[in-house]
Amino acid sequence: MSAGTLYDKVWELHRVADLPGGSSQLFIGLHLIHEVTSPQAFAALRDLGLSVRHPERTVATVDHIVPTTSQARPFADPLAEEMLATLEANCAEHGITLHGLGSGRQGIVHVIAPELGLTQPGMTVACGDSHTSTHGAFGAIAFGIGTSQVRDVLASQSLAMTKLKVRRIWVEGSLQPGVYAKDLVLHVIRTLGVKGGVGHAYEFAGPAIEALSMEERMTLCNMAIEGGARVGYVNPDATTFAYLRGRAHAPAGEAWERAVAWWESLASGVDAVFDDEVVFDAGSIAPTVTWGITPSQGIGVDETVPTPEQLAPEERPIAEEAYRYMDLTPGVPIEGLPVDVCFIGSCTNGRLSDLQAAAAVARGRHVAPGIKAFVVPGSEQVAAAAEAEGLDAVFRAAGFEWREPGCSMCLAMNPDRLEGRQISASSSNRNFKGRQGSASGRTLLMSPAMVAAAAVSGHVADVRSLLANAS
Amino acid sequence: MTTLPFPAGPIQTHSGRGVAVIGADIDTDRIIPARYLKCVTFEGLAEGAFADDRSERNGDHPFDRSEHRGASVLVVNSNFGCGSSREHAPQALMRWGIRAVIGESFAEIFHGNCLALGIPCLSAAPELVAELQEAISADPQAEFQLDLRIPELLLLSERLGQLRWPLHLDPGPHRMLVSGEWDGTSQLVSQDTALLRTAARLPYLNGFELPG
Repeated sequence: MSAGTLYDKVWELHRVADLPGGSSQLFIGLHLIHEVTSPQAFAALRDLGLSVRHPERTVATVDHIVPTTSQARPFADPLAEEMLATLEANCAEHGITLHGLGSGRQGIVHVIAPELGLTQPGMTVACGDSHTSTHGAFGAIAFGIGTSQVRDVLASQSLAMTKLKVRRIWVEGSLQPGVYAKDLVLHVIRTLGVKGGVGHAYEFAGPAIEALSMEERMTLCNMAIEGGARVGYVNPDATTFAYLRGRAHAPAGEAWERAVAWWESLASGVDAVFDDEVVFDAGSIAPTVTWGITPSQGIGVDETVPTPEQLAPEERPIAEEAYRYMDLTPGVPIEGLPVDVCFIGSCTNGRLSDLQAAAAVARGRHVAPGIKAFVVPGSEQVAAAAEAEGLDAVFRAAGFEWREPGCSMCLAMNPDRLEGRQISASSSNRNFKGRQGSASGRTLLMSPAMVAAAAVSGHVADVRSLLANAS
Repeated sequence: MTTLPFPAGPIQTHSGRGVAVIGADIDTDRIIPARYLKCVTFEGLAEGAFADDRSERNGDHPFDRSEHRGASVLVVNSNFGCGSSREHAPQALMRWGIRAVIGESFAEIFHGNCLALGIPCLSAAPELVAELQEAISADPQAEFQLDLRIPELLLLSERLGQLRWPLHLDPGPHRMLVSGEWDGTSQLVSQDTALLRTAARLPYLNGFELPG
């Protein structure tokens, strides 16, 4: 059993009571809501005659269903309009702050909470979205919940939770040029599998993790859930504090010094005990691309699609399903595979540094003929910062569309979607069958720079060779 | 669509026919594609259950085959319900008629979402799951009698006879389902004093003044 880890400390601090059956009631420090998983929770609250216990600890935005071309109201899609109107009415009724379209603070929930300084070390963070693990980048314990649990947090600012085991993912060395946090996490999931993390929190630590920026740490923790781990986190350090300082909701003045002292005390100590540990070498990781229908079906861009013989027996049935669905022959190189659509954005890779990395590849090049390529900033703040440094112009000149913020084609609840059997190169997080809006659409997950490389090449390409040839 | 009442109170036994959906890592996007999430109530979700898989199989999906109409025990393989946290997934299954799921293993958020609806996720060894899936195929009319108190499954089949299998349910969910405490909102709300005490010791709610 783990002891002395950040997870243990934060858990203990937020434990309200022990519940029958071995779970605990856990206080939730920050509750984030959006338009898709909250309407039924508010309706249930109404049915039970309950009110929102701490409206000041819930923050709302709109991200999943918003169009990224025109965001004028009412939306063309009446169902999308109804969902947004319902969120607005619920927030108004219960006194919850909503960062709506055009507020300057709207965006993907996992992008805006960090950039507003709402997410802080030592908090428990819950949201009706599995990628809530993103906020673990700050040394928070953050996890996705279902709508019944959204109801519970609204009603009681707490949840019934069972304590997880803690696995330390220790990463030695440093990432090579052209290799990003996305490649690192795809490599971890490839190694440990999509269910390897079930029942665990992943603590990411080691020299390679300490060297990551906050935005890279968010990419890493974001995809912990794709490895089955509901929680992923990084211990807070000077990088964390530098990111937070001066943000809208970050502590200021004398409280800042006190906050930093407390945050520093939360990190897993040298004597911390983990349930287990896995060690990786960052230096040996190549740009990684998924070829199949689960995020664990990833390979280095210089590798070939695995043959059944190269896989463990239990991985073969889903590999066979993936060969058929993706129309890929075992043993073929992934590099050179033609793509139709290139999508840069999402809560995984829709932040400023992601757009900078993609723009560095796109600059002075042009999207290959016949390819649809588009960039969806993660938030209004990301869009403004990118435009201030001219990234929108770089992308437009290269033939990419520059869109308005939202979740977009990561899950295709808005008009952005694949058609028919199109293949996308996507900086998002899931390559499930049908994920990007077409029941037969195909997704290759990769870093934003690799998506840009695919866009200008017309096929999966090794971004390292494009970076080497940059003018 | 189902005429069975939704789960309520203690969940101790359930009887019904089985339906098998075979495959590892079946994610919640497959259980219910995102376009069905454009709604403000869960009411119409039954038609979205496995919608893309069903249209791909053109009437031959287990959820469409006539012999499984009215089935209420879903038998699946490993890591069922991975991916998105959408409660729409168990809601769609429940509204289609599912009242219990037996599988090799479940994704964590899906498991919790089922529990919040009073739907037990029972686990069993891969060999046993394969046997159950074969039994459903051999006799779709076989009756699954679940006793969650033990927990075990008694399969009654004219063709296969009477078979009894042990199942596993994690201790927390086990107790919550059997006692009827699986819908815990009122319990959480009742702890207001303890909640206030917890909030009082959290530095970030108190100007980062450390208690004591």
